[in-house]
Parts: sequence; C-alpha cells; structure tokens
Amino acid sequence: MTLTLEIIGITVLWFFLFGYVIVGSIDFGAGFFNAYSLLTNRQHILTKIIQRYLSPVWEVTNVFLVFFFVGIIGFFPKTAFYYGTTLLVPASIAIILLAIRGSYYAFETYGSRGHKGYSFMYGAAGLLIPASLSVVLTISEGGFIDMIDGQPVLDYSRLFLSPLTWSIVVLAIAATLYISAVFLTWYADKAKDPEATKLLRKYALIWALPTMITATGIIVELRAHNPEHYANILDVWWAFLISGLMFAGTVYLLWTKRYYGWAFLLLVGQFFVAFFAYGWSHRPYLLYPYLTIYDSFTNEAMAIALIIAFIAGLGLLLPSLYLLLRLFLFNKDYVAGKKEDNHA
Amino acid sequence: MGNEEAVFFSRLLTEMTLSFHIIYATIGVGVPLMIMLAQWVGIRKNDEHYILLARRWARGFVITVAVGVVTGTAIGLQLSLLWPNFMELAGQVIALPLFLETFAFFFEAIFLGIYLYTWDRFENQKKHLLLLVPVAVGAGMSAVFITIVNAFMNTPQGFDLVDGELVNISPLIAMLNPAMPTKVAHVVSTALMTSAFILAAIGAFRLLQGSNHIYHKKAVYLMVKVGLVFSIATALIGDFSGKYLAEYQPEKLAAAEWHFETAGNAPLILYGILDDGEVKYALEIPYALSILAHNDPTAEVIGLDQFPEDEIPPLYIHYFFDVMVTIGMFMVVLSAFYVVAKWRKWKLGNSRFILRLIVAGGPLSMIAIQAGWWMTEVGRQPWILRGIMRVDEAATSSGSVDIMVVAFALLYLILGVGSVVVLRRMFRNNPVEKELDKMEADRLAGETK
Ligand code: HDD
Ligand code: HEM
Ligand code: HEM
Repeated sequence: MTLTLEIIGITVLWFFLFGYVIVGSIDFGAGFFNAYSLLTNRQHILTKIIQRYLSPVWEVTNVFLVFFFVGIIGFFPKTAFYYGTTLLVPASIAIILLAIRGSYYAFETYGSRGHKGYSFMYGAAGLLIPASLSVVLTISEGGFIDMIDGQPVLDYSRLFLSPLTWSIVVLAIAATLYISAVFLTWYADKAKDPEATKLLRKYALIWALPTMITATGIIVELRAHNPEHYANILDVWWAFLISGLMFAGTVYLLWTKRYYGWAFLLLVGQFFVAFFAYGWSHRPYLLYPYLTIYDSFTNEAMAIALIIAFIAGLGLLLPSLYLLLRLFLFNKDYVAGKKEDNHA
Repeated sequence: MGNEEAVFFSRLLTEMTLSFHIIYATIGVGVPLMIMLAQWVGIRKNDEHYILLARRWARGFVITVAVGVVTGTAIGLQLSLLWPNFMELAGQVIALPLFLETFAFFFEAIFLGIYLYTWDRFENQKKHLLLLVPVAVGAGMSAVFITIVNAFMNTPQGFDLVDGELVNISPLIAMLNPAMPTKVAHVVSTALMTSAFILAAIGAFRLLQGSNHIYHKKAVYLMVKVGLVFSIATALIGDFSGKYLAEYQPEKLAAAEWHFETAGNAPLILYGILDDGEVKYALEIPYALSILAHNDPTAEVIGLDQFPEDEIPPLYIHYFFDVMVTIGMFMVVLSAFYVVAKWRKWKLGNSRFILRLIVAGGPLSMIAIQAGWWMTEVGRQPWILRGIMRVDEAATSSGSVDIMVVAFALLYLILGVGSVVVLRRMFRNNPVEKELDKMEADRLAGETK
C-alpha cells in the first residue's frame, strides 16, 4: 500500500474529525450533565467545573467541524454532489441545533443568566447533535441512497426503519456522555473538587458499558448490512482488540479511583484506534457503493496546494493550541478557580 | 418540487443566510481592530476610560462573534447542500482559499478565547494587547479569503475547460483573479468603516439619552475619526471597483447604471425610475460614468446593447448602487464635518442634530453593506460562475428546500432578536458609571495597601 495523495488527504481529514469527536463530545456531554444536575438539584456541584473548562474553548470546538467539511469538499469535490444533494434535511437540522446551542451558550455565559429552560434546551441539543451528525456515518454504509435520473435520492423510510441507524445513534449518544464524563472526572480531580469528581466518576462508569455494547452490536449488524465492510473490519480485528484493552484500562482506573489523567488518555487511545481502524476498513469508499476516495479526488495541483497549506497552517496552529491548553487546561490556578475574575 | 422551485428556494435561502451572516461578519472583521485601538490609546495615554472602552466592546463582541460563527457554519454547509454542482466544479479550482479560511478562523478562535479570559492576568498590559493582534489578523484574513472565493465567481480563471472537464488547474492563479484586488480591499475597508460607525453610533446614542459622561464623548470622537479614514478609503476603492467592472464585467456596470447604448461622454445616472425602458426623474451627472469607468470624461462605456438578452442582469440593481454610493458619500461628509467641528470647537459639533445623524450612521453603513452585496451578487445573474455555469445548473435537486427556508428564517429571527436582547441587557445591567466607580475604588484600595 503506497502513500498516495488520496490517502494523505483522507487521513488529514480523519484526524480532524477525530478531534471533533473528542472535543465535541466533551462539550456536548458537559451541557447534558449540567442540565441533568439542574433537574436533580445538584447544580452547585457541577456548574462551576463545567463552565471553567468550556468557556475559553467553545469556539475552537466548532472550527474542528468546519475544518472537516470544508476540507472534504476541497480534497474530494464529488462528495458535494452525493452528500450535498442527499443530506439537505439531516444536515440542516444539525446546523440549526448547533446554531441554537452555540449562540445560547454565549448568550448565557457572557450575557446574563437566563431562564432555566435554556439550560434544558442546551443539554438536549447536546445529545441531538451527535445523533443527527452520526446519521452521515450510517448513510455512508450504503443501501439508503438510490440514483434516480442520475440524481442521488435518500430513502428516509428505509433509513429510519433500519436497526443500523438506531444503533449508531445510540452509540453516538452513549460515547458522547462517556467521553465527556471521563474527561470531566479528571478535570474535577485536578480542580480538587472531590464532590464533583465523585459524581462525574459515577456517570463515567454508568456510560462505559452501553458504549461498548452498542459499538460491538454495530459490527455485528454490519455483517448483514454491508458484508464487504464487515470482512474488512475482521481483517483488522487486532486493532479493535487493542482498543478494547484500552477501554478495560480506563474502566479499571476509574473503578479503583486512580490516575484519572491516564484514564482519559487511555480513553482517547481507545477511540483513536477504533476510529482509525473503522476508517481504514471503510476505505476506499466514501459512500458505498458510489463514491471512493479515488474517483472523487480533486486534481493533483489542488491536492498539493491543500497539503502545503495544511502543513503551513499546522505550524501556526499547534503552538497556539499549546498556549491555549497551557493557560487554561494545565494551569493549576485557573483550573482550581483561583484566578476567577479575569474575564473581560 | 420541480427544478425551478428548487432553484428559487435555494437562492432565497442563500440570500437570507448570507445577508444575515454578513451583519455579524462585518462586525467580526472590524471590531477587533477598534478594541485594539482603544486599548492601545488607553495604555499610551494612561487613560482608563479607553481601557474600559476596550473591555466593554470586547464583552459585546463575544455575542456577535457567537452568532457570526454559527451562521458562518450554516453558510459553509449550505454551499454544498444547496449548490452541490457548483461546489463540485468550483471546488476543484477554488478550494484552497476556503481551506485557508478555516485556518484563519482557528487562529482567531484560539486567541479570542485567550484574550477574553486573561484581562488583568499580565503585569504588563501591552502583552495582553498583543493577544488581540492574531484575533484581528485572523478575522481580517477570513474576510480576505472568502472574498477571494467570491471574486473567483465573478472572474473565474486558473483552469482550462475542455469538453466540460477542468484541466491545467492552478489554484494560485485562480486566487489572483482580476476581481480580487478591488473586491478584497473594498470589503475590508467597508467592514472597518462600518464597525467604527456602529461603535460611534452607540456612544452618540448614550449621549442623546442624557448621559454626559466624557467616556462616551471620547468613544464617539475616536470612532468618527477612524470612520472618516475608512470611509474615504472606501469611496476611493469603490471608484477602482467601478473601473474593474468596466473592464471585466461591463454588463454589471451597465445594468447598475442603466447604460443601455454603448457610448462615449457617458453621464452617471443617479436615482430615478424606469418606466417602460425609459429613465425618468433621474439625476444625470454629465461625463461621470465615463470618469468612473475609465478616468476619462469622453471614454466609451460598453452598454447593455452588447449582450444577449438572457445574459443581462436584473436592472433593479441600480437602486442598490444608488443606496450604497449615497450612504458612502453621506458618511464621508458627516464624519469630516464632525471631526472639523471638534477640532475648531464649533458648537454645532455637539448639537443633538449632529449626534442624531451619527446614531443613524451606524445602521446606514450596515445598509450600504447589504446594498453593495445585493448589487454585486444579483449583478452576476444569470451566472453563478460567470461565463461557465448558470445558477439553475448549479442548484440541488432536493425537494425539501422550501421547508428549510422556513426553518432557517425562524432560526435567524431567534438569533437576531436574541443577540439584540442580550446585548442590551448586558450593558444596561452594568452601566459605565458604575464600572468606572468600581475601577476607581479598586485603585484607591490598591494605593492604601
Ligand atoms: C459601507 C458600505 C459601502 C459603502 C459606503 C460603499 N460600498 Fe461599494 N460595496 C460594498 C460596500 C460599500 C460591499 C458590500 O463591500 C461590496 C459588495 C461586494 C463587494 O465586493 O463589496 C461593494 C461593491 C461595490 C462595487 C461592485 C464591485 C464588484 O462587483 O466587484 C462597486 C463598483 C462599488 N462598490 C462602488 C462603490 C462606490 C463608488 C462607493 C462610493 C462611495 C461605494 N461603493 C461605497
Ligand atoms: C459565502 C460566504 C461565506 C462563508 C461560506 C463563510 C463561512 C464562515 C464560517 C464557516 C464561519 C464560522 C467559523 C468558525 O467556526 O469559527 C464564519 C465566520 C466568520 N465569517 Fe464568514 N463566511 C462567508 C462570508 C463572509 C464574509 C463576506 C466575511 C467578511 C466580510 C466573513 C467574515 C467572517 C468572520 C470574521 C467570521 C468569524 C466570526 C466572527 O468574528 O463574527 N464571512 N464564516
Ligand atoms: C464564497 C463566496 C460566495 C459564494 C460561493 C456565494 C454563492 C452564492 C450563490 C450560490 C448564490 C445564489 C445564486 C444567485 O442567485 O446568484 C448567491 C447569491 C447571493 N449572494 Fe453570494 N456567494 C458568496 C459570497 C457572498 C457574500 C460574501 C455575500 C455577502 C453577504 C453574498 C451575498 C449574496 C446575495 C445577497 C445573493 C443573492 C443574489 C440573487 O438574488 O441572485 N455572497 N451567492
């Protein structure tokens, strides 16, 4: 297997999608836990922790998503034709949810404390967004799009009646909450807030199992839905095994209340390996059976220009991201809430 | 839904999203520079009024950025959702600046987060000010890159079209297209001009409401000065834009000017109405169109007679052009008058009448932005990629665009109202006077320690 421009392109994009899955999940899950704690009158435990982490980074989260969808049109312009035409409704729903959630976050945090209802809406949107975005993954498995008069058309009834769709939706939600809870456990621990740590650790343990069960279930369902992909997944079984071991490691550390930082790192590793193994086995299809990374690829001149731009951009971004993390995530005083009043 | 309907609703949705986004995007491009300016003046003069100005603007800015970001995300996705054929074709040539734009956002987003949460965290205030530089640069660059994409739609180049296939693609030549220099310059300078006048309008509004605080006076004076500079720049670059149009998109200029027959000594037609192909009640400035187009009062200007019927843009863009130019000229005169009046200490400068005009100047500038975009985008009709792809060939075949129009209209209504309400509440609950008193008290407490 040679390292072609196509592979470089999709790998870059997959990295950013992975980044979005992690930072987005933390963000979405946090909103849900916040709303849930309001409902159960435990808000005083969580709100501070959650806001201190989320406030400086919410806009950065969104850029990961923008980067992915702008990049995929850049590297693979034909995706605009297939996905653009068919995704109008699901993607618009996701945009609207993202818009309401993003803006109300800013309205609440910087503006003024509003109605409790917003917090609930905010929490609910945080679960609906991963659910609606995950539908794209389902569609990419094929079987839901027909070509009618040369135009791709999405068959909604087939999509909504398929068990695959719903398993992926459930996985998206469970994984969101699991990732978020593990991260926040670590963060709360660093903030020396034992009460919040305890609660979040409990949430993390609750959501661990559903994540694993649905993930496995999806692989089984693929056997009937997309045998070709299923066979490719079995080829990289060892990667999923590694991922599973890392999962066990996270749960073990959480269970024994130790090394929450390592627990989160293992979780990132677990999702990283699984995400890339999944992407690898999906290759070369962007959309079964119509679109592969090869026949949808842009011209060579553009591909090289994009890759050069990407490398140059990364040179700018990595130091800036490092600065952001150092100032807020790894700064003891900030995390512990000792430097509170620095907001404009 | 037939294709015609899909095209119609796709256009409607695109127009709506862009027109809404541009309000927040304009503020997003211009305001960081104004915050920087105020903070810099404050540090240099050791004047806490300017520092507080910067701080309060920054707070408000977060709200507008949030709406800018979410509507920008919407338009970014909608381009592929509504115009898949266009994106598939154009993406091969013009994806580079779109991709670069995301880096600009990234850069801006990271440093905005840092800037907002590090007030008073640095001993040396200048370090904090430096954090704004990447924010302003990032915002400016996103405007530059996206405008390059739009320039490409007007004068596509950097490829050859052979049997419907694009070959010999050169992303850099596509970016350096003839529409790019004037368009980018005009967009950036209008964003700065508009942001300055909006901030001036807010200060003038508070003065009119009865606050006589020097804080607001400083804000108004500073912003009108900045606005004057950029409104002059805008008018100059607008003149260059006219020359660009005359050379590369003569049909757009001719439609905007109701210039039907190719002729020399062409007059500029302002205002008026079109009655059965005849211009009535218009103001004619002799030779001015020839001057706008070629810097020569006798030069020949291409008229609409040179174009096939189905390639002539809608003639109503004339009104958009009038609105834009009128407002542009008005703002130059108004801000010049105010600055001179302040300088010569004329009484009229502080009169309620002038303050009212300054208050109007903010919204007026925003209207000029809208008029300018509508002129240039409608003036590109019927093309989406001039000379290469028509709008009706570009649109989606999906049947649900009409419902999406309704859904997004609701969304923008909520966002628009929400942002105004939140901004008002934010500043009303925390008036300047209170905050200045608090700053004073903090300082005294610090001195006695
Ligand atoms: C505050 C807003 C504002 C003001 C005061 C002006 N403009 Fe403008 N104009 C714009 C905001 C704008 C814009 C929104 O930024 C446009 C739309 C697209 C673009 O490139 O810039 C534009 C486009 C635009 C175009 C079309 C360019 C093209 O299609 O490529 C021309 C010829 C002018 N302008 C000319 C002028 C002149 C002669 C002005 C005299 C004062 C003027 N503008 C004031
Ligand atoms: C078709 C046109 C446009 C598209 C596709 C587009 C796309 C976007 C996207 C995706 C974002 C959100 C980025 C994020 O997540 O941070 C955004 C925000 C922004 N856009 Fe647009 N945009 C368009 C037009 C414009 C124009 C004309 C300008 C400037 C004159 C502009 C300036 C900005 C700025 C400064 C932001 C950052 C948010 C802010 O500071 O308000 N955009 N845009
Ligand atoms: C990336 C750059 C841009 C792209 C790809 C783009 C794309 C489009 C498309 C597809 C349409 C609908 C087709 C048509 O009616 O002509 C359109 C129209 C329009 N666009 Fe742009 N646009 C871009 C930049 C902008 C910007 C920055 C603005 C400013 C806000 C803008 C404002 C408009 C308006 C007002 C219309 C309505 C024109 C009409 O009625 O025909 N566009 N644009």
